[in-house]
Amino acid sequence: MMVFFEALVEALYLIFSLDSEVWGIMLLSLRVSGTATFLAACCGIPLGMFLGLRVYVGKRIINNLVNTFMGLPPVVIGLFVFLAISRSGPMGFLGLLYTPTAMIIAQWILATPIVTGITMAAVRSVHGKYRDTAISLGASEWQLWVTILKEARISILAGICVAFGQAISEVGAIMIVGGNIRFSTRAMTTAIVLQTRMGLFGMAIALGLILIVLAFLVNLIFTMLQEGGEIVR
Amino acid sequence: MTFFKVRELSKKYGFNYAIKDISFELEQGEFFTLIGPSGAGKTTLLRLIDLLEPPTTGEIEYNGWSLNSLTKKQKVTARREMGFVFQNPICFNVTVKANVEYGLTLRGLSQDEIDEKVNRAINMVGLHGFEERKASTLSGGEIQRVALARTLATEPNLLLLDEATANLDPSNVALIENAIQKINRERGVTVIMATHNFFQAKRLGDSVGFMLDGEMIEIGTADQIFNNPSDNRTEAFISGEMIY
Ligand SMILES: Nc1ncnc2c1ncn2[C@@H]1O[C@H](COP(=O)(O)OP(=O)(O)OP(=O)(O)O)[C@@H](O)[C@H]1O
Ligand SMILES: [Mg+2]
Repeated sequence: MMVFFEALVEALYLIFSLDSEVWGIMLLSLRVSGTATFLAACCGIPLGMFLGLRVYVGKRIINNLVNTFMGLPPVVIGLFVFLAISRSGPMGFLGLLYTPTAMIIAQWILATPIVTGITMAAVRSVHGKYRDTAISLGASEWQLWVTILKEARISILAGICVAFGQAISEVGAIMIVGGNIRFSTRAMTTAIVLQTRMGLFGMAIALGLILIVLAFLVNLIFTMLQEGGEIVR
Repeated sequence: MTFFKVRELSKKYGFNYAIKDISFELEQGEFFTLIGPSGAGKTTLLRLIDLLEPPTTGEIEYNGWSLNSLTKKQKVTARREMGFVFQNPICFNVTVKANVEYGLTLRGLSQDEIDEKVNRAINMVGLHGFEERKASTLSGGEIQRVALARTLATEPNLLLLDEATANLDPSNVALIENAIQKINRERGVTVIMATHNFFQAKRLGDSVGFMLDGEMIEIGTADQIFNNPSDNRTEAFISGEMIY
């Protein structure tokens, strides 16, 4: 019990004294997961709209594929990205292994199917509901797409939040491709793994608390967007 | 020249005909009411006319223009000539005003024009004061009137109404009927209205069509259909003796 309290006190001290290592790790996590999620949204929203609205044959297979990719274990993604960018891999010449860029790539692969899948489901249901109304009022095909995107925006935003949540809390992929190098590729989750193993509970708890607060904030932002979406036209 | 023409129009779902070999012609400014039991094919006919679905066979002609085999772009142009108020209308999840603006925004009108037309349409259906209400908070009758205003705001030349007053109380029915009649008489808008209400069909229709099992059994003036039908199935239906 004493150990826990001492660690907690140390954790709070690290957080509120703005310890540079703790904050550096947090900023790296945010940068990596934020960039990965942004890129995932850029690819996943158009892809999800295309799959949801434009593909008529093989819907079942597409659903299965997207669901499979949504559930890929991060370690497996890490493994494949590692093989691709390690020195002897096909993209080894880029020298990306053990860099934040490698971590972004891995999390982008993790997050894209999530955004795609949720967008696909959302636009399909909105299309089913509003297609006739929109086109009978004179919508052209691309005006219909804009209308669908507007009506589905809350669900799509939810998808982006889920993807970010998955990315920032994931360990396996960034551990493999980032290497958990201090002051370079050490993110919150990988740091927690290492420090727990070394008995440095103070810093582990500090990072854990920050992770929880971030998860809470993402949820809060999402809820606010949702309510805003209801109020604003 | 005939303004609107439907020739041997059929629609099959699987092995069943929802409508079969329907033909009729309308003059510009004619008010045509459609009656018939549930499942007769009234909604299907209106959906085909609005080009929401392709017919299995048959032709539709609007103002001398064949609506068969149009390009996507031409279909949009044709639909913008028409307005369709659905049997179960759906509002976009925005304010009443934004809903009524929708069709006008699609047509790229200026905000001044939009405001003017939206105001007029909202007043026509008695929804003044509801402009900023969220559509999700409306009652069934209010949704129906928003849908009507949304369509009327686009000033269609052919107005398709599917049970447009079904969810309304008597005073609102009178309001909407008057509004539609006024548009029909003053602006020469051609109207096709499906209704379960015989009195409404008779009151509003210059001509009335009776549909049964996907077929157009009889078309005539309101007086002829209700007072002197030539087909005994029509007679059975309007006297309430038809069992279905
Ligand atoms: N998408 C569809 N798939 C299969 N059958 C359909 C479809 N749409 C309509 N039908 C069938 O076509 C027939 C005509 O339906 P329709 O909706 O046109 O009737 P209606 O005259 O409008 O009836 P109501 O007065 O109840 O609105 C019905 O038997 C219906 O079940
Ligand atoms: Mg119907």
